[in-house]
Amino acid sequence: MRKEGPIAVKLRTIGYYFRQAGQSMTRNLWISLAAVSTVAISVFLVGIFTLLVLNANYIVDNFEANIEIAAFVDVETPRGEVLEIQKQIQALPNVASVVLVPKEDGLLKLYGRYGEDRDLLGALGGENPLPDYFIIKVKEPERIASTADYIGQTPKVYKVDYGQQEVERWFMVSSKVRIVGSGLIILLTGAAVFLIATTVRLTVFARRKELHIMKLVGATDWFVRWPFFLEGLILGTLGALFACLGVYFGYDSFILEFAPEMSFLTLINDPVTIYSVLWKLLAGGAAVGALGSLISMQRFLKV
Amino acid sequence: MGLVFLIQFINVSKAFDNKTLALRDVSTRIEKGEFVFLVGASGAGKSTFLRLLLKIEEPTKGHILVGNRSISRLSRRETALLRRNVGVVFQDYSLLNEMTVFENVAFALEVMGCTGREIREKVLEVLELVGLLGKRDSFPLQLSGGEQQRVAIARAIVNRPQILLADEPTGNLDPDTAWEIIELMNGINKWGTTVVMATHAAEIVDKLRKRVIVLEQGQLTRDEERGAYCREA
Repeated sequence: MRKEGPIAVKLRTIGYYFRQAGQSMTRNLWISLAAVSTVAISVFLVGIFTLLVLNANYIVDNFEANIEIAAFVDVETPRGEVLEIQKQIQALPNVASVVLVPKEDGLLKLYGRYGEDRDLLGALGGENPLPDYFIIKVKEPERIASTADYIGQTPKVYKVDYGQQEVERWFMVSSKVRIVGSGLIILLTGAAVFLIATTVRLTVFARRKELHIMKLVGATDWFVRWPFFLEGLILGTLGALFACLGVYFGYDSFILEFAPEMSFLTLINDPVTIYSVLWKLLAGGAAVGALGSLISMQRFLKV
Repeated sequence: MGLVFLIQFINVSKAFDNKTLALRDVSTRIEKGEFVFLVGASGAGKSTFLRLLLKIEEPTKGHILVGNRSISRLSRRETALLRRNVGVVFQDYSLLNEMTVFENVAFALEVMGCTGREIREKVLEVLELVGLLGKRDSFPLQLSGGEQQRVAIARAIVNRPQILLADEPTGNLDPDTAWEIIELMNGINKWGTTVVMATHAAEIVDKLRKRVIVLEQGQLTRDEERGAYCREA
């Protein structure tokens, strides 16, 4: 045989791999379509659940960033002592910031609500009955309950409020969404690998005689594998592409449709996050396709 | 001729499922350029002998050497290289029915990464040799059995292997066609390719008077130069 550089051989062989992959896909058009739809559906579901989990995280993060403890100080406490208590609270490990809302501000707020012209103070007996209170932000929202309890035990603090039940409910719901969502994503990914492996096995099975003969005339394992690897990669990428389009437009219309009605929840709507999800879905689909393909043909290499 | 050994079986046994012994303690050597008939009833171990040589099966005991190298130590990659040097023909032709004659033969060269032009040259050359140049665009099922077997032979030798193995190559053919195939293989042998043919076609073996190795229930019971199918009294 005429000698030539190894690179020329490689390049030509790569061309052969792509031709083979293309041929296999067109010859087994229906199986290929089945594989593409399998990946598309699985990746679509994974995408939906990913967005669900991300949104749950996003909502919780937003919520966490906004939760705060209100701690009310006995009405008669002199201002100096109030400031002392503020310092004590500030010194607690989980406390990020403490803002004092003096009773005067509280009164102003009341005026704002009922109108400047009313003689509220007069109606209240000429003395401001409102307590001084602190607005406390915490560093770790998960530990807000114990921090609030601790603050509640401070002398002169007669009440703490952080929307206990609401916060606890949110943490429960969000952690469930995270766990169930992550579990589903893992399951769906596994199912996608399995499904594409099964689907590609059909094409491999249809060509088992060819593979057998290839091995008998001296094909190396990777020579046999590459076209299938490429086929899986291409089918996986195609399927994932459809899924990404579905996820993108589906989510877009969902946001347009429901976001105005759910003003109490802010959903992820920045393109950077969404595109990064889509990219990962695409890469994942391609990887699932290639992996499934390799798994399904391994058995036929044994000759 | 006959000075350089090519294939050597050293005390080779092969058991399937740990009980049925397909080969028992077989030792033999085949020199470069020999033409050997492997003879015996069905199930005597002829196919196993050939499959071991191709490393489709591994021996349970013993060693097989091809060109001074023990093939049981070959890596998967080296096994592929070994097979490029050992052509093989089966009773059922093992052609791919959805490929043309040309493509079926070209297949063996594509596996090695030959260029399109190289493949074309070699394939046309070998098709002319087996007398099927005019049928290069036909599909296997459009050909007669003898023609299909000649395509298979073309595929087995297109790469100019040193060894050609044939497992009952005339088993499905009528006597006249069988003779054409045998003559073709004899010709290939005359150019220096070592041929090992498993068969139970007695008249072919008797007429050709080549070396005959007889297997009975996995044991090598007879090995004669210029032998016959049955033991001569």
